[in-house]
Amino acid sequence: MNDNLLSFIYDSYKYGFSTDLEKEYFPIGLNEEVLLLLSSQNKEPYFLKEFRLKAYLKWVQMRSPEWANLNIPPISYDDICYYSQPKKDKYKTSSDAVNPTLLETFSKLGISLQDNEKSSGVAIDAVFDSKSIATTYKEKLAKSGVIFCSISDAIQNYPDLIMEYLGFVVPPGDNFFAALNSAVFSDGSFCYVPKNVTCPLELSTYFRINDEHAGQFERTLIVAEKNSAVKYLEGCTATAYSKNQLHAAIVELIAYENAKIEYSTVQNWYSGNNEGLGGIYNFVTKRGLCVGENSQIFWTQVEAGSAITWKYPSCILLGKASLGKFYSIALTNFLQQADTGTKMIHLGEYTKSTIISKGIAAGCSKNSYRGLVKIGQKANYARNFSQCDSFIIGASSFSNTYPYFDNFNLTAIIEHEAKISKLSEEQLFYLLQRGIPISKAVNLIITGFCKDVILKLPLEFASEADKLLSLKLDNSIG
Amino acid sequence: MTLLTVSNICAETQAKPILKNFNISINEGETHVIMGPNGSGKSTLTKILAGHPDYKVISGELLFINENLQNLSPEDRAKKGLFLAFQSPIEIPGLTCFDFFHLIYNENLSFHGKESVSPLEFLPIIKSIFAKVGSNDDLLERNFNEGFSGGEKKRSEIIQMLLLKPKLAILDEIDSGLDLDTLKKICNVLRHQKKTAFLIITHNPKMVELMNPDFVHVFFNGKIQKTGGKKLVYELDQKGYKHFDTL
Repeated sequence: MNDNLLSFIYDSYKYGFSTDLEKEYFPIGLNEEVLLLLSSQNKEPYFLKEFRLKAYLKWVQMRSPEWANLNIPPISYDDICYYSQPKKDKYKTSSDAVNPTLLETFSKLGISLQDNEKSSGVAIDAVFDSKSIATTYKEKLAKSGVIFCSISDAIQNYPDLIMEYLGFVVPPGDNFFAALNSAVFSDGSFCYVPKNVTCPLELSTYFRINDEHAGQFERTLIVAEKNSAVKYLEGCTATAYSKNQLHAAIVELIAYENAKIEYSTVQNWYSGNNEGLGGIYNFVTKRGLCVGENSQIFWTQVEAGSAITWKYPSCILLGKASLGKFYSIALTNFLQQADTGTKMIHLGEYTKSTIISKGIAAGCSKNSYRGLVKIGQKANYARNFSQCDSFIIGASSFSNTYPYFDNFNLTAIIEHEAKISKLSEEQLFYLLQRGIPISKAVNLIITGFCKDVILKLPLEFASEADKLLSLKLDNSIG
Repeated sequence: MTLLTVSNICAETQAKPILKNFNISINEGETHVIMGPNGSGKSTLTKILAGHPDYKVISGELLFINENLQNLSPEDRAKKGLFLAFQSPIEIPGLTCFDFFHLIYNENLSFHGKESVSPLEFLPIIKSIFAKVGSNDDLLERNFNEGFSGGEKKRSEIIQMLLLKPKLAILDEIDSGLDLDTLKKICNVLRHQKKTAFLIITHNPKMVELMNPDFVHVFFNGKIQKTGGKKLVYELDQKGYKHFDTL
């Protein structure tokens, strides 16, 4: 049956279409001039220009990380275009109307960029290639004091906040891809939730890569002040090309006393075709800092796309009794590779963290969980629970789990559970015998396997994630 | 009307012969019992009938309602009304019994061109079946077969059979793990399924007595060695399988 299981039929990626439009873009290649061009085009204050240059100087001295269980083909950074956006004069977007071409593109992706009931009460910042093209519900949010805008707008309108918080959690020299992003980031989303405010809407950013030659380098920065709360959703898709595109992003979260940030991602970048041609290289640094007492940061992710994923959403638990959670489903098929997991750094007393990771490897893919739980000297009575389960479909896929534990405190309690299972023929046969078609049968088993995490997803995402998993797995069985 | 005709079937798995010129014919509504020593391939026989891909039919003919079974996938055989109650049912972590039963019920409805039912409409249906077989409603919210006792798993097989109302139900040692009271209850339920024919694999004379079958077959060495009525069980009880080997 394995042959049957591995016979791939068709490519069902629904988001691979391309929007044909005139672009304006930077000359290909990466050098100081490109940075200065970026900076001057955005009319950035001096500190930011300096920020970029410092990051660039660090980056040129760094090397691409090689410790991940990934086979990364050499990336020629001089052959990438670092800025591409729809031609400004032609695709004008004013404060109350998005350009129709772009509007249509996003509507095809199922994203409404108008403030109406169709957008189901979720405020969206839409990033198209290098540029944020629209942010919805800005006024409504402003009434409650919440700032939600593109990062380029924030640089203009709230430079003090940007100066204070940009690079606060992920310093420019943190790692190779973070340094690259810090040097060349073009746009992204910014959110500031003031004291005692629970954000009245869920916020989200939708990232779209349309340009074949451009990389996307965006940053998200969320600051939640004392006693505030915000839920953030992130989605992304890309046009299907036979070439690879680079996506190197940074997300920084900062939670003060009693604040709560929930950040959920459904990552569905183009993953390449059945033979591994094309797809996004997804190298992302996501980190949250629980500064205040009782602050909470939850990461939830469904990683289904990209040719290569390198991503470890982490929590630094500094505030006393702060709480970090990480829930992840990572699905790889065909020749996809994913090395993903989390870091829970316990620095404060009574800090707690939970990690639940579900990895599913189908086809000839490689799927690794990599996670670090670190308990610092002063983190008395810290607690961690980790559960890392893997599921293997077929005989040609790889699944690995790399849990690391560094404990410097004797009062800490760390628990770890891990399980690996394989799609068994007997399970499948049983379901078929009940009249369930094979693709549905596989989905039932996989959805069951991921249920702990699916239940943690925001409602809008849960059904989407479910659909995404089935769609992805339709390819893995014949 | 003949439901299932198996003529001169030879089957193997990994080049090991399992069935050697095996024959059986089952009519609508009949109850057949197959008894045989451990490891004689009774369970394998049930899987061959249900279409398990590990077993290869080399020669002979398998007809189910005049259709060649060998051309049908396991799921199509199921949809045509062939049901197998497994000796060791699998578990499905993360999927509740309710959702699973609801799903197979609706799949079956849609195959017969009927409109599917909502969870709310399904609830009384499943509850009445639970009451029939004496299962506790609490199981509905639990993951399918996860942590179930042997008896609960067997009852769950019968519940599914009652949901799907198959034309032919193959029950592979459904009695194992059931206490006597439950066995009586289950057999009573089965006997009332007039529209379903049964092929029952068992070691248990009590089950044979309770089911009052039309035929009892003694099976080993890849085929049926002797066919008789209920009385064959007593002969078997006295003389053992060896006796039939010399025939």
